[in-house]
Amino acid sequence: MVELEHVTACYGGTAVLNGVSLRLARGEMAALVGPNGAGKSSLLRVVTGLLPPRSGAVRLAGTDCPTLSPRARARLLSVVPQELPRDLPFTAYEFVLLGRTASLPRFGGPAAQDLEAVEEALRLTETWELRHRPLPAMSGGERQRLALAMALAARPEILLLDEPTSHLDLRHRAEMMSLLTRLNRERQTTILMVVHDLTLASLHFPRLLLLAEGRLLADGAPPDVLAPGLLETAYGCPVRVLPLPGTSATCVLAHAAPDRPGPCAHNRAS
Amino acid sequence: MRKTRPLLFALALVTLLLIAGLSLLAGPSGFGWPDTATATGRALLELRLCRLVTGFLVGAALSCSGCALQAVLRNALAEPFVLGVSSGGSLGAAVIIAFGLAAVSPLALPAGAFVAAAATLLLVCSLARRSGGYTPDALILTGVVVGSMLSSLLMLVLSFAKTRAVHSITWWLLGSLQTTSWPLICAAGALVACALAALLIEARTLDALSLGSEAAHHLGVRTRVALPVILTAATLAAACAVAVSGIIGFVGLVVPHALRRLVGAKHRMLLPCAAFAGGAFLVLCDTLARTVTAPHEIPVGVITSLSGGPFFLFLLTRRGKFGGL
Repeated sequence: MVELEHVTACYGGTAVLNGVSLRLARGEMAALVGPNGAGKSSLLRVVTGLLPPRSGAVRLAGTDCPTLSPRARARLLSVVPQELPRDLPFTAYEFVLLGRTASLPRFGGPAAQDLEAVEEALRLTETWELRHRPLPAMSGGERQRLALAMALAARPEILLLDEPTSHLDLRHRAEMMSLLTRLNRERQTTILMVVHDLTLASLHFPRLLLLAEGRLLADGAPPDVLAPGLLETAYGCPVRVLPLPGTSATCVLAHAAPDRPGPCAHNRAS
Repeated sequence: MRKTRPLLFALALVTLLLIAGLSLLAGPSGFGWPDTATATGRALLELRLCRLVTGFLVGAALSCSGCALQAVLRNALAEPFVLGVSSGGSLGAAVIIAFGLAAVSPLALPAGAFVAAAATLLLVCSLARRSGGYTPDALILTGVVVGSMLSSLLMLVLSFAKTRAVHSITWWLLGSLQTTSWPLICAAGALVACALAALLIEARTLDALSLGSEAAHHLGVRTRVALPVILTAATLAAACAVAVSGIIGFVGLVVPHALRRLVGAKHRMLLPCAAFAGGAFLVLCDTLARTVTAPHEIPVGVITSLSGGPFFLFLLTRRGKFGGL
C-alpha cells in the first residue's frame, strides 16, 4: 500500500532521510519510532507529497506518488493534523466535513454519502454529541478526537498520524488506540503512526520502524526492535527494557547519557 | 439554527433596503426625496444613486477581500491592504495628480491607482515566492516592507508637488466616494464581480486553507495553484476599491471578524454575508459622512474607523470568552 524505495530527502542542503526503503502491505499497522530529529515527520511528509524526495521512489497503492492528482491522493490517504486552529469558529460538524474536501463537488452541497461518512466519523470518535459546538470552545482532548474524525471522514485506505495521543488522558489514549486497532482490523485501513512512547508502541503495534539520523535502523516486531543495543545506538543513552508481565509489551526506561554526569556525580567529583 | 436562517436573511434584506433608502433620501441639501420634476432634482438623485452604488461596491470588495486574506494568511490583523496595495495605489494616484495627468481624462486617476496597485501585488507575490514560498510570514513581511518603501516614495512625491496638487493628493488619500462616474463604476464593478466570483468558487479551498497550507495539501488542495489565485482575486478587488475611492480603512478588517462570529467560518456562507454587510456598512458610513456636519463633508474613512474601531476593541476584550479572534 505504501512503498518507499531508496528514498533520500533534504531540507535546504541538509539530508533528513538517507536511502530509506520500506513497504507497508494493505491492512498493516506500524509505528514509526526514533529520537527527535531522526526524520520521522519528514518520512510522513515524503509519503504525503509535501516533501518531494531528492532521489528514490514513493508509491501509494502501486501508483507513483507524483502521478497521483492531489484529490486522488487525498481520497486514498488521510493525515491526522497535529494541531487544530484555535480561533476559527467552525462547528465540529463543519470541521469534520472538511475532511471530505477531496470528494465534494466544487459547486453544490455534500451528497448523502458525504453526510453519512461525517456522521460515522463523529460517532466513531465519540464526538457526535459535540457536533454543533464551535471549535474554540473545545478542550485539548476533544480537539484531538475531532482531528481524527476529520481524517476518518474521508474513509481513507491509508491513515497517517503524527503523535496524535500527546494531549489525551489515559482513558482517551487507550480508546483512540483501540479505535485505530479496530479500523485496522475491520476495514483493513493501513496505519502508519509516529509514536514517541515506546511502551505504547510495543503495546499496540505489531510492527515497529526505528529511525535514527535519517536511516531505517530496525524494522520488525516490537521485541526485535526494542532491544537495548539498538535503542542505545538510536537514542544515544543507556536504556533498560523490562517485559510487562502478562502481555507481549515491554516497558522502556532511559537513563541520562554517561558522558553527561548528573548533579550527584558532579558533587562527588568536586 | 436552520429554522432561523430565512428569518435572518429577511431581516438583513430589510436592513439593506432601509440603509439604501436612507442614503437616497439624505444629503447635504436636506432630507427628502429630490424633486424629479426639475433638472437639479434629477441630477441630485443621480448623484446620490451613484454614491450608493459606489459605496456598496467598495464596501463589498473590501470586506470580501479581507475575509479571504485573513483565511489564507491566518493572521487576525490581515486586511485588504496587507500586501501593500494601498501604498501602491496611493503612489500611482499621487504621481497622476502631481504631474497634472488627472485633467486629461476622468479615468486617468483611477486607472493610474489601479495599475500601480496591481503592479505592487505582482511585485510582492514574486518577492515572497522567492523568499520562502507563499507562506503567511513571507507574504506579510514582504507586503509590509514593500508598502513602507512605496509610502516613502509617496512622501517624496508630496514634498516636490505644488500646493494645489498636495491638497488634492491628501483628499484622495483620505478616501471618498464622491468623485465617481458611471463608466468608472461599471468598469470597477465588472472587475470586482469577477474577483468575488473567483473567491466564491474557491470557498471550499478557502475553508481548507484556513487550517494552514499543509493541512489543505493533505485535504487534496493544489496549494501552489490555489494560493496565487486567491491572493490575486482578493487583492484585485481591493485594488478596484482603492482606484474608485482612495484609501478607506477598517471595513476590510472589522466586517470579516464581526461576521465570522455571527455566521461562522464557512466561506460559502461568510463571503456573501461579508459582501452585503460590508456594502451596507460603507453606505451607512457615507450617508453619515455627508449629512452629520452638512454642508461640510467628513472623510468617510474617519467614520469607518471611528465606528469600527471601538467595535473591534470590544471584540478584543471579549477574546477570552470565545477563544480568540
